[in-house]
This record gives sequence, structure tokens and C-alpha cells, in this order.
Amino acid sequence: MAEITEIRWHGRGGQGAVTAAKILAQAAMEKGFHIQAFPEYGAERRGAPVKSFTRISKDPITIHSPIHNPSAVAVLDATLLDAVDVTEGLPEDGILVVNTVDNPADVRKKLNLKGRKVFTVDATQISIDCLGKPIPNTPMIGAVMRAAGTLPLEEVISGFKHKFSAKFQKEVIEGNIKAIKRAYEEVKTE
Amino acid sequence: MAKTLGLTGNEAVAYAIMQINPDVMAAYPITPQTALVQKFADFLADGDVDTEMILVESEHSAMSATVGASAAGARAMTATAANGLALMWEIVYIAASNRLPIVMPVINRALSAPINILCDHSDTMGCRDTGWIQIYSENAQEAYENTIQAVRIAEHPDVLLPAMVTQDGFIISHGMEDVTILEKEQVQKFVGEYKPHYPLLDPEHPVSYGPIDFHDFYFEHKKPQVDAMENAKQVILDVGREFSKLSGREYGFFDAYRMEDAEIVAIMMSSTAGTTRPVVDELRRQGIKAGLLKLRVFRPFPAEEIVAALQGKKAVAILDRAISFGAQGGALFSEVCSALYNAGQRIPVINFLYGLGGRPAEIENIQEVYQKLQRIVQTGKVDNLINYLNLRE
Amino acid sequence: MSQIRELGYKDLPLGGKILDAGNSENYETGGWRTYVPVHDAEKCTNCLLCWIFCPDGAIFVKDGKWAGFDLKHCKGCGICAEQCPPKVKAITMVKEEK
Repeated sequence: MAEITEIRWHGRGGQGAVTAAKILAQAAMEKGFHIQAFPEYGAERRGAPVKSFTRISKDPITIHSPIHNPSAVAVLDATLLDAVDVTEGLPEDGILVVNTVDNPADVRKKLNLKGRKVFTVDATQISIDCLGKPIPNTPMIGAVMRAAGTLPLEEVISGFKHKFSAKFQKEVIEGNIKAIKRAYEEVKTE
Repeated sequence: MAKTLGLTGNEAVAYAIMQINPDVMAAYPITPQTALVQKFADFLADGDVDTEMILVESEHSAMSATVGASAAGARAMTATAANGLALMWEIVYIAASNRLPIVMPVINRALSAPINILCDHSDTMGCRDTGWIQIYSENAQEAYENTIQAVRIAEHPDVLLPAMVTQDGFIISHGMEDVTILEKEQVQKFVGEYKPHYPLLDPEHPVSYGPIDFHDFYFEHKKPQVDAMENAKQVILDVGREFSKLSGREYGFFDAYRMEDAEIVAIMMSSTAGTTRPVVDELRRQGIKAGLLKLRVFRPFPAEEIVAALQGKKAVAILDRAISFGAQGGALFSEVCSALYNAGQRIPVINFLYGLGGRPAEIENIQEVYQKLQRIVQTGKVDNLINYLNLRE
Repeated sequence: MSQIRELGYKDLPLGGKILDAGNSENYETGGWRTYVPVHDAEKCTNCLLCWIFCPDGAIFVKDGKWAGFDLKHCKGCGICAEQCPPKVKAITMVKEEK
């Protein structure tokens, strides 16, 4: 089967997990990749645990079944660590990126996790600083990009601009870009 | 110049409708179609179309308004899903019987009860005998391109039948994919100007629509619908060939994937076919001669062409994403069996009902289908004619 | 009318459309009658109430005056006779000999 990068996003309804999956896909698409970004299908409600997915591949993607073994998992809300098995299906060399004030070692201990690579970033604080609102999805994109190394930072930023320049005001765009950059720089590794 | 955008299936079809720029669009929101009409309303608000948009109070009214507009002489469209299509039912039949070339995207979703908003094909399969052309799309790209082609197919003077273009609810409608979009001018040129057949709004040539019609005429008015369906076959192929010059993608009745020397074949429609492709590739790597026949056009049913494509195959599995209660398997299964029987072909066949109410079609499930086919070839026996894929026992 | 009745499915207008406007005139309903209206010109005041109420438009009028019944379309319903004012009674329904 073709090489496909698969990323799973965990969030709570309203935190922008679906949007994060789409922005990343948009950025990869502009870099010439074939992409898919989709939510876990269901009735969405604010606050409920939700999942979304991004697929990135050099070859056209025909597969339309759910992602079970992602190469990376992003957790937008640390409280989900107690509620959902966020490492489910994540392979030995997989990447886990968590939005939390804690260090990667704390997360590893909390989850009693073996293998995998753990990254953390305080995306909530970054979004409050940059956007005035706790919407951690865009900084998390920056952190995931740094952790997974799939795309350079500039590509993610230009993808974000193209997806949203028609929808949001300039200040909002710039605030988000600042948040992506900060998270890219501040993401902590083991 | 064509450009590539990241679009959901709903957005891709909204783009198609924007570029078609129909005279009238009448729609009522229903999950998972809502985002399609919402995106089209964006285009309308931005001045990208000069369509008359009618916001109606139900799907029954949506189809009624579309029928009225089409009879008046407008290029009219609507869109719906599942229970919405069910509520339209009465007028769906009337649209076809009045020979109105309406194009309607349908986002496939399970019918209630219990309430379910996810994908299966019970909605469109339920109205397979209403006289509408039915084109099923594998992904957002196809949904976009099928919608544009459907306009030309429906409006062709030899056809004059409405057409529904489907895509799998959520899987395609809410999944973002890279979609190549044509220029609006290219689409406008391709669909051309609509020349209505006896429009009501032509005072020089007054005409009556929908008169009463008893035993003396009704039957004679049904047979031409049968003939128009038959005529649609050539038109679908011609339009597909013309469109491929624009898009570079081939469009026929079906896509025969690695079929030439295939011995075991699975037949299915829509997004599951995409999931099946890598399974077929993997089997081929193992030296197993697997093939996939992805059906695009269910109505008119291309029986002869399917029989020809299955000539010499050793075992065939037919996957239905809708149950035909009390029938001998799913509707696609029945149609394929009937085609094979009438052509004197005794290929072992097996039916799989799958994916009801959004139950995913996983790689392992598709592998199971081909494994069963291999066993049939080895043993020469079909143990279970009708099987349920990924169902808890 | 009898002509279109003989048409096969290949020759009929698509979708049951009726392309010739006003063709109900060719559909003669006069044969349904049991009673036929008879007019007395001596009594008639030409108020034309019969013409107004006739559901089949089966009363001819010329120069503002009653000018005859269209017996090809009159079904013999008797509404004209009912509507003729009681003091006039210019229309009576008579059993038609066939």
C-alpha cells in the first residue's frame, strides 16, 4: 500500500479538532500532497469527546475507511487523557502530542506509556495570549508539525492563510499565525 | 485553468451547482446535505450565481417547487438526503413522469428508525424505480464531476429524465479531499444553455402538464419513460467521453479496476470501492487475481455491459449497502444475478450486505470478501448466498 | 379526440403533456344527457343568467342575446332551467328521445 501519514486528533466539541485536521490537510495539499481530513462521524455536541483525522500521501488516496493506526496523535484537551484511550492503535514509533502544562515525562507516567515519543505544549495558554480565547487547535498544529516533521512551518502558515483569509479578519489570522509559531517553538520533548 | 482545492463532498457539489448556475434552486436542510445548500447560499450571497433560491418548508415542497420551476422552463435543482428524500417521494415520481430534467444531489444516509444520520444507500435504493437516473460517486471529485455531467444527461432530448447524483453521507460529504475544480466558463460551456421541452411559460405555445390519465393512456405514457432510460445509456457514455476531455478522467457505466485477467471480482458502489482498491493491489502482489467492478450508473442498469465484464470470471461477490427486505439479497445483487441468468452465465455469485447506518467498511471486511471468493473457487461451492459483513452475532 | 385515442406510445407527447390548448371543445359530452333544455323565446328576457351559470359554456350568445344551446356539450344538468328567474321560466327540461 502507498505511504500514507495518518494523524488522529482528539478534542472536545468546540475546540476545533476538525478544523485543525483540515488546516493541516490544506497545507499539505498546497505542498502537492493528496489529502483527506474528516471528523469521526456522529452527532457533534459542544464539550463531548470528538475525534478527527488527517491523511497525507504522495499518491492519490482512495481508502475511505476509518484510521486505526495513526502515525501521530494530537490531544487538544488534557482532561481527555482520563476519558479516552488516546494511544489506542498508536504504533511503537508513533508520536503523541498533548496540550498540557505538564512535561512529557508526566504524561508518560500518567498513561503508564511504553515506547512512542511524547511531546507537550501549553497550547491553551498560547491561544489565550495570542487570540484572547482558549481555542487550542491552531497552536497544536504548530506543535504537531514540529513533533512529526511532516511539513515545514512556513507551509503550515500559508495553508492556514489560504483556508481562512476570506473568512476571518486580519487580526484573527495574525493572532493564529503567532500561536502556530509559538507552539512550534515551545513544544517540549523528552 | 483547473485548480485544486481542499473541499468536502458537499462543498465540491456546491461548487458544481455554482458553476452550473441553475435558474432555480429549492431546498430544505437535512443532515448530511445541509452544508451543501449552505455553501451554495454563500455563493448566492457573494453574487457568484443569479439563481432564484427558494427556501421551502419541507422536502415535499422542495421537490414540488423544483417540479413547478422545471415545468415553467427553468433549469431547476434541489438536494436532499434520507428522510428528506422519503418525504419527497410522491413528487420524485411526478418529476420523472412529467419528464422534467431536474438534477438532484442526494447525500446517502440511512433511513429511520432508529434515527441514524450516517451513510447507507437505503434512501436512494428505495426510489430506484421512480424513473430517475441514478449516478453514484466514489469520492468528492466524482461527485463534483457527476453533477456537471448529470445536467447534460438529464436534459438530452433523447432522455428528458431527472437524475440524482449520490455521494456517501459523512464519509464523502464531510470529508475534505483534494478536488480539482474546472473554471466556471468551462462548466458553463459544457452544460450549455438550457432549452426546455414545452415550457409552461411560453404563451405562444400553451401546454397542459399533469392531466388525468386512465387505462386509456397511462400505460402509453410509461413505456416512453422506459425507452428514455434505455436511450440514456448512449448519452451517459457520450457525455462521459466529452467530459473526459475536460477532466482527463474516464466516465462510463462502471470502473473496471484490474479486471482484465481477474478471476475473483467484487462489485460495489460509492466510497467503499476506494477502500477496496488497495485490497485488490495487495492481493495482486500475493499473486491472487482479484478485480473490482465499481458501478457508477445504477439506473439505467447496464446489464449487458456488466455481463461482458464478468465473462469468464470464477466467482463474483456483490456488495449492497441497503437491505431489500424479504427479497433475495440486495437490489444490486438481484440485478446482477438477473443479468447473468438471462445471458446464460453460471458464474458463482455471493451477496454481502454491509455498511448499514454508517457501519464502517474496513480493509479487513473487504479482505474477508475476497477470501470467501477464493474459497468458492477452491471448493466450487457457495455455502451462504447472502452474507452480512461486519455484523455482531 | 378519436384521432389521439388511436396513437401508440411512440407518438404521444412526452409526460402526458397536452400541447393543443382548448382541446376540450373536441370532447363532446352531449351524449351523456337524459334531459334536454328547451327554450321559449317569447318568455326570455335575455338576462343571460343561464349563460353565466352553465358549467359547460354550452349556451351561445349573440349581440347580447340568447342564441341557442350547444347540444354537443350540454350534459343536460338543468342548471340553466333552475337559474332562469321564477317569473320568467323560459327554459324547461324535457326528456330526450334517443
